[in-house]
This record gives sequence, structure tokens and C-alpha cells, in this order.
Amino acid sequence: MPENYFKKYPSKEGYFNEYGGAFIPPVLESEMKKINDAYYAISKSHNFISELRSIRKHYQGRPTPVYYCNRLSDKYGARIYLKREDLNHTGAHKLNHCMGEALLAKFMGKKKLIAETGAGQHGVALATAAAYFGLECEIHMGEVDIIKEHPNVVRMQILGATVVPVSHGLKTLKEAVDSAFLAYLEDPINSIYCIGSVVGPHPFPMMVRDFQRVVGIEAKEQFFEMTGELPDSVVACVGGGSNAMGIFSAFLGDEECELYGIEPGGHSLDLGDHAATMTKGTPGIIHGFKCYLLQDEKGEPSPVYSVASGLDYPGVGPEHCMLKDLKKVNYDTISDKECIDAFYELSRLEGIIPALESAHAVAYALKLAQKEPQKSILINLSGRGDKDLDFVLEKYGLPENRKNW
Amino acid sequence: MNRINKLFQNKHERILSVYFTAGYPKLDDTVPVIQELVKNGVDLIEIGMPFSDPVADGPVIQGSSLVALQNGMSVHKLFDQLKDIRQSVDIPLILMGYINPVIQFGVDAFCQKCREVGIDGLIIPDLPLAVYEEEYKAIFEVNNLHNIFLITPQTSDDRLRRIDEASSGFIYMVSSNSTTGAKEGVTDFQNVYFERISKFGLKNPRLIGFGISSAETFRNACNYAHGAIIGSAFVKALGTDLPLNEKVSQFVKTIATEV
Repeated sequence: MPENYFKKYPSKEGYFNEYGGAFIPPVLESEMKKINDAYYAISKSHNFISELRSIRKHYQGRPTPVYYCNRLSDKYGARIYLKREDLNHTGAHKLNHCMGEALLAKFMGKKKLIAETGAGQHGVALATAAAYFGLECEIHMGEVDIIKEHPNVVRMQILGATVVPVSHGLKTLKEAVDSAFLAYLEDPINSIYCIGSVVGPHPFPMMVRDFQRVVGIEAKEQFFEMTGELPDSVVACVGGGSNAMGIFSAFLGDEECELYGIEPGGHSLDLGDHAATMTKGTPGIIHGFKCYLLQDEKGEPSPVYSVASGLDYPGVGPEHCMLKDLKKVNYDTISDKECIDAFYELSRLEGIIPALESAHAVAYALKLAQKEPQKSILINLSGRGDKDLDFVLEKYGLPENRKNW
Repeated sequence: MNRINKLFQNKHERILSVYFTAGYPKLDDTVPVIQELVKNGVDLIEIGMPFSDPVADGPVIQGSSLVALQNGMSVHKLFDQLKDIRQSVDIPLILMGYINPVIQFGVDAFCQKCREVGIDGLIIPDLPLAVYEEEYKAIFEVNNLHNIFLITPQTSDDRLRRIDEASSGFIYMVSSNSTTGAKEGVTDFQNVYFERISKFGLKNPRLIGFGISSAETFRNACNYAHGAIIGSAFVKALGTDLPLNEKVSQFVKTIATEV
């Protein structure tokens, strides 16, 4: 990777080689340009950086620790470490970019934050940021996800956000993005769209990545302090790809680190049964940017499915698409079943209940550990699993009561 | 000569352009809707290619797009339906839709098909000017297709000039900072914007769209441009239970009646 990687990618027009860009109607185009200009002018200023750093330390509780998994490593081999983003305030990495986006909104004089959410983690994080800064907050969420992720819906409401149910199409993340875009276009002067991942039109994939880089910067330093070396492998789950970009960004220049982005394999790799965009997608344009896309021959985005609502998206961050083509990151899949197994393994061996999204990364790391027991593996544990408890219990039961799969 | 240029050469005011979604309300309504619109004296027709994530469109057109997709509408199907359209229709026809289905069809093949069936122009709201100029312009031109650009109240003078330079048919003035079908009526703010654009001295003719839904809003738009585009209000009318010919004739009468 070139030395000036972060200045070179994305390009001025928002491209990561052929991916990214801004394929948006003119109404959005002028608003994105304003956000882009504000981002460059404001987010590099001394005041912005010092306020964000103070927030991270005193409000979010950063740095989050890196933790060595004793029992898990004993059982599976390898030395397995977790970057504990589940301990970040609100219980996931999402607050890292939400506080950044909301601080930018404050500097721009915006009054209202609008976003979509899948599992509800981004919605909760944004509602938290809105409360912190005294801004209004409107979160669009598919009706299917509202039922599945009920605890997060309540959390958003307690935090003072308005949750708008989305009832068209499959009623999940993709439809929530459509609905949030429309709401934003109603009043782009007073509101700002705060996308939930490294997706969407330029400058969002860049902004969200930059705000998430803190994860990788901390983890690299902490891992080195603990072990005197860099990890052999770094593993993160990929839906849109924000937590993975956050941690990978620190290791892109380190040839000795293998990076693994893990996609949701769902029930199977047949169309409609999964959301493994990088594995099964082809280049296309959705929600204003070019990326690998799960789509049919007509160019319509395909239905997607994952046990983890936060990974349930037919597109993926453009930077990941570039890193795949450059073979800088390995992308692979984990099935629902493997994910649930890992969810219980981590809970029972370490006392840490992972989010179902993050459990995909854990599951893959356990496979790696068995293959290469002499190596060290750093997993980005992007969120905690409290939100998933009822769903997992009801659908899968406890391991000891579980019928055969 | 391209039919769009011919239209603007012969008619300078009160040009009425109507948008509808292909395959709505029924899959095979595409051609009958066009023919009824022509019968009722509409000047130009924009045929919408339905897409599941229409970021420039409001709830009405989003809804008609979903119905059309469920009906089995696709780009292939549309070209099929339009293959004999030039035997009965003379007015300019424009296809409007989003870029991904066009890319998946193949841009070259898409533009050739357009020429074969007699399409005069394209409106692709999510195709950026820079990408158009770099990758698409030559293909459009070979197939005698005008690319119609959208401008909004936020469009800067500099960009207006670039768009005017790149345009060859007409310029689509989006009336507000919003999606299609959002607002009823016209605000003073919009009139200030209409005024600014009409005094700008663009070489291309202009049509105003988004939020045009009645005789009054149509007349007001015509004071500032060569005519106006109606979409959501017509799609709403298509969704009612009347026979198709009555729906269309009633609607066009309501709009085009001089008050």
C-alpha cells in the first residue's frame, strides 16, 4: 500500500479505483458537496479534533481494551485476541462515527440527524449522539427489524429519537435506506443524513472510515504492547463494512498481517439465502455508489438474508471492493449455524456475549485457529449481543436443548 | 432531426410533458397510456423505467415502480412493448430511469435499442455529468439520443453553464430541493429561482418539473419556462378505477385548460 494511502483513496471524486463515486440526483449532489466541503474544512480543525478526542475518552470510554481469550485459545489453538468494541459506549463500534458525524452536524449548524438502521446499533448510537449534542433524531427502520430488534427500538425511543417504520419491500435495511434518503431530501437545509456504514455516495465511505480508524490505531498499538509483535491475522465481519474498515485501516501496510473480512453466508449461498456481497455479487450501483452488488439480471438489487440484521445489505463499502480486487483482504463467508455456535462458544468460554454480526468474525477465527494453531489472531468484536438474546433463544434455544440442525 | 428539437422549434410555450411508469397499473398498459396521451394533445412523453430504489422519486412514483416491477416490468420487456410504437406515435419519447438497470443491460445495447424503437432522449437522474461526459456521451450521440440534465435551486452558475454546454435537447428544471410529487403549489422562493434561471440566458429550452399537479401550477411554470412536466399527479390519476381513456382525458383536460 502506498505511504499516502489515506490521502490517495478515495480520489477527489470519491473513487476507490473503480468503486464508490456519487451516483445521485442533482438535489443530493449539491448537499453532498456541502457535507464534503464542511468535512474537509471542519474535521481537520484543531477545535474539532480536540473536542472529538475528549468525547472519545470521557464519554465513550476509549480506548477500548484488547483482551486475550484464555479458554477459547486453549480449546481451539492459536492465540486469540479481541478488540473490545462491545465495551464502547452503547455497546458497539457505531458510536465512533456517529459522534464524528453529529459533531460535524453541530459545526454545520444542522438541527436534525436522519439515518437508517438495520440491527438498531447505528440507530441507538446516533440517537445517543443526538442526545449528547441536543439535536433532533429520526431513525428509519424496516418493520421486520423492528420486531426482531425490539430492545434497540425501545432504547432509541428512550433516548428521544423518532423511529419511523418502513413497510415496503422486504422491510429490512435496504428499504430503510430508501426511506431515510427521502426524509432527508424533504429538508436538506436543516437536517443531515448520517449513514450507518462505509457505504453511500461520496463523502460518506471516506468520512465513516476516517472516524472508525481509531479502532485500528488503538488495536495495533495495544496488541504490540501486549505481545511485542503484530497479529498474524486480523478478522472482522463485513455487512456495509465499517468496523472492518476501522480495524483493517491500521494494518493495510503490514505485509505480515493477513486480513479477513467475513460475510454472512445465511442458510446457503443460493440467491436470497445470504448477504455475501463480495463472494457472490457483481459490480453495480445502489444507493448512490458503485460496489459489488447482489442483483438479478435486470439490475434490481436481490433480496438478502442473514441471521444478523446488521449484515443484511445487498451492497458493500467501495473500499472493501477495491481491497478485494487488490487481494489486500481475504473475503470469506460464515453460515448462520456457524455463527450461532460461535455466539455460544464465546459466551460460555469467556463470559462475553457477542453481537450476531461479530459472532461471524469469531466463528471464522475459530476455523483459522484450528488450521494454524501456532498463529495469533486479532478479532474485532464489534458489538455486544444483548440485543440478540431473545431472538437467539426463541429461534435456536440453548445449546444443551438444541435439536439437531 | 431529433423529434425533441423539432418540438421546441415549432412550439415555444405551454409545452406539456407527461411522465408515467411503464407497466403501471397493468403490465400491458404502457402502449395504451402513450396512445391516449397523444390523443389528448400532450407534447412529449417520459416513460419511466421502474427501479426498486428510486432515490429521486417520492412515494407515488416509488409505489407505481414497485407495482410495475411486481407486474414483471423490465428493460427487455419495455423495448418489446415499444417495438412498433413509431407506427402510431409521432411526438418525442423519452425514457427516464436509474443507471444500474441500464448498465446491467449494457449501455451500448441499451442505446442501440432506444434508436431502433425510436426513443429521442434519456433522463437518468443518478448519472453524474462527469461520468456521462467521460463514458456515455459518445454512445448517446451515435444513437441520436439527447441526455436531459436536471438542475435545482442549488445548482451553481458555473455548473449551469457546464450543463447548458453538455445539453442538446432541453434542460429539466427541478422546482424544489425535494423528490417528485412532494409539494403542492408554488412558493415565492421557487419563483425567485425560476426568475433567476429564465434570465440566465441558457441556450437550451427549459421545462419545469417536480410539484406540478394542477392547471394553476402548470400555468405558473409556463410563465418561467417553455413548459412543464407532470409526473406524480398523473401516476396518481392512473391509479384510479376509471377506464383508461377517461382517466387520461380527464387528467389532461384538468391541467391544460387555460384558466
